Amino acid sequence: MNVLLTLALVLGLFQPQQDAEAPKARQGTFAVTNARIETVTHGTIENGTIVIRGDRIEAVGADVAVPAGAEVIDGTGLTVYPGLIDAGTTLGLTEIGAVDETNDSREVGDLTPQMEALTAVNPNSVLIPVTRVSGVTTVLTEPGGGLFPGVAALINLVGYTPEQMHAGGVRMMVLQFPAAGRRGFFDQRSEEDINKAAEKALKQLNETWDAAVLYARIDSAYKAHPEPGRRPEYVPEMAALMPVVRGEMPLMIRVDREKDIRQALEWVKQRGLTNVVFSGVAEGWRVADKIAEAGIPCLVGPVLSTPTRESDRYDKAYANAGLMQQAGVKVAIRSGESENVRNLPYNAGFAAAYGMGREEALRAVTINAAEIFGVADDYGSLEPGKKANLLVADGDPFETKTQVHHVFIDGFLIPMDNRQIRLYKEFLDRDNGRLRPVQVVPPSN
Amino acid sequence: MKKTTIAPLIIPLLMLGVTTAVAQPRVGDVLIQNGTVLTVTNGTLPETDILVRHGKIEKIGKGLRAPRGVETVDATGRYVMPGIIDAHSHIALSSVNEATSPVTAEVRMEDVTNPYHIGIYRALAGGVTTSHTMHGSANVIGGQNETIKHRWGYKDPDALRFEGAPRTIKFALGENPTRVHGKRGGGQGKALRPSSRMGVEAVLRDAFAEGQRYKEAWERYEAEKTRNPRAEPPPYDLRLETMADILRGDILIHCHSYRADEILMLMRVLGDFGVKKITFQHANEAFKVAPELAAFGANASVFSDWWSYKFEVYYSTAYNAAILTRNGVVTSINSDSGELNRHLYHEAAKTQKYGGLTDDEALALITINPARQLGIEDRVGSIEEGKDADLVIFEGHPLSVYGVPQMTFVDGVEYFDREKDPDDMRLFVDPEAPVGDGMIETARDAHAVERYDGRLGNH
Repeated sequence: MNVLLTLALVLGLFQPQQDAEAPKARQGTFAVTNARIETVTHGTIENGTIVIRGDRIEAVGADVAVPAGAEVIDGTGLTVYPGLIDAGTTLGLTEIGAVDETNDSREVGDLTPQMEALTAVNPNSVLIPVTRVSGVTTVLTEPGGGLFPGVAALINLVGYTPEQMHAGGVRMMVLQFPAAGRRGFFDQRSEEDINKAAEKALKQLNETWDAAVLYARIDSAYKAHPEPGRRPEYVPEMAALMPVVRGEMPLMIRVDREKDIRQALEWVKQRGLTNVVFSGVAEGWRVADKIAEAGIPCLVGPVLSTPTRESDRYDKAYANAGLMQQAGVKVAIRSGESENVRNLPYNAGFAAAYGMGREEALRAVTINAAEIFGVADDYGSLEPGKKANLLVADGDPFETKTQVHHVFIDGFLIPMDNRQIRLYKEFLDRDNGRLRPVQVVPPSN
Repeated sequence: MKKTTIAPLIIPLLMLGVTTAVAQPRVGDVLIQNGTVLTVTNGTLPETDILVRHGKIEKIGKGLRAPRGVETVDATGRYVMPGIIDAHSHIALSSVNEATSPVTAEVRMEDVTNPYHIGIYRALAGGVTTSHTMHGSANVIGGQNETIKHRWGYKDPDALRFEGAPRTIKFALGENPTRVHGKRGGGQGKALRPSSRMGVEAVLRDAFAEGQRYKEAWERYEAEKTRNPRAEPPPYDLRLETMADILRGDILIHCHSYRADEILMLMRVLGDFGVKKITFQHANEAFKVAPELAAFGANASVFSDWWSYKFEVYYSTAYNAAILTRNGVVTSINSDSGELNRHLYHEAAKTQKYGGLTDDEALALITINPARQLGIEDRVGSIEEGKDADLVIFEGHPLSVYGVPQMTFVDGVEYFDREKDPDDMRLFVDPEAPVGDGMIETARDAHAVERYDGRLGNH
């Protein structure tokens, strides 16, 4: 036995497995030099330097000196862009679509506003490294399901804990606005049943909201005169909605159809709400003027989707974001994805090609998103003092064949590696290294 | 099997004198001038004209003149590519899965082709001219598929058929058939084999063995008949007849598959039964057995980047198509989706990001390679003289995210023109119209919209 053990040790069988590559994100002082820099907010520098120190951009410009000790990345032939922001995903909440055990984006019940998406974000999701090498650095990750499914969170795609990932502390209450239409081809309900269901859902929304307003008033009264007898009963749903009805937390209304958008606009107006954004907004182009008039920013997408109606022009989903932006709506773009959030740049590219134009599409996935989320001081453009979220690519980040060479998130230089890349390296020339060939398809018996 | 080249000649002859209203799809004439022609098989030809006569590419060259009566289209500054071929689609079908048995080789998608499906027009608007409309993946051996051309506007489903295209059949391995039959019991609470990948192999071997016996029984009968006119034929069975046709090499297999092990398994089974023609559909792990696929001569038709929607696609890579291509496997990129099929040119371009394929290699994934997988490469899939005039004109390069399809032709007939698109392109039957060439009104006719819009509503 001892001999075997010794032999095993000699052969290294008990050596802890070490992944020689095990690349790790790291902060430091970096300078990307000789690069084209698209700042988004302050034009384009044709040949400049961007300095990153810790989690921040220290300097951007044509005549910026490289600090002593900085790690230099030669950006010749490359362009630096702000990190792309996806304004609507379930990244981190779901790993494998059809495997329930890996899905944490939905809780039981219609009223679950106290659910926090951030809690369920898995920092070790295999999907995250697959996503971020595309230059998507930051995403809104959303719970879904009932009327108030919970609180969405903005996360950076780097970090070992949800807290490290949380970007700018952004949290938004999600409201799935009651839909008055048919749910799809297989929805065989009568018009009457559909309308009844919609009325009922709207009634539920109003009752919930009224209760939350009342709860907030009782809470305020109690805080003004904290006597034990005046203390409101603990109702977690109401406690969660309190900052929203007070306007302290943004309300993100998921709404797609024209009829529902009109209803939502009316509802927001009646309630006098100002801290509101719309998300999805597939038929926004039909009511773009009204949305613009109400001044409600929109997180639009997915762009890569089919028109909502058979009678609509074939490219309406591609054109929607641009049509809304041109009507004066502040637009950010969302992919609605989990495993393929990496396609955000292509959602923006199609929006650009079908009317929005490249410049506006770039804003829609950078500064507009940051402004809508209230974090434009830190995110969305390349400016000194902002968080170092950026990508360095050999071309336009929306162009399909463009290669992203470097990504920084929260100042961390991200390893350009993930499982999909490792599989490529392993299998491109799979049998290279084997001494003797093996029959390719072995006989069955 | 080589498909018969005389069939297209004979069929119209046979139909002279036949009065049934089988639609004769239109063929067109057009001169497309001065475009950058992406032939796919013969490189890129700058500032080149393409003359189309009677639905075929008659001539490719410079300074071609339009014969009298032939319209010209100016493609200056634009790109012309072959019509895109989607090797995996479920558009234009009124049903997809006959999920009542692990083997349903007898059912046929040609019986459920729906020419009114708006997905056909949307595909045309994305430059797709041919789709392989497939049975679903519920059964180990599903139904027979149909290859269609996107002749939008015909009410006769037969007018959409890709005449002369070889027969194909759907197989499916892994999670779907084991879930539908074994784990969920076909929706009827009765668990059947297969509920494991072992069971899938057993179902396949049983079906092929029975097909083999059936085929041999008929061969014995045919031989005996020459000696004995009163010889009794074996009982006819369409399911087994279909299996026998696969064994005869008359039907191409297109098999839904994901994992490397199940791909190897099917190649072993086919090897044992002497069946050679196989395209693995989806095949997310095909990259792991690319040398085996290449050696077998098996094809792969894959997604550009879909993964992680179910467990068997968790260990995928977007570099799949590039690895397969570099290992010599005939590879295509398909949609399996009424959304994705509208931008297959963009999906193909992703192989340039993920694996650095050349323009011609990337374009082949959605043109000549799917044509080879469907056995229609003599007719479509590249821009060559003598081939069908299935063509797309792009503003911007088709592999650029900013490339926008402008016009799509099938058999030289323009079915999509971005400039003339009137938004609502649904098809309606005009009950008062005389029976004509099988075309029906499209919503291009404003009257049709007024007349039917209110009636149908938007579901």
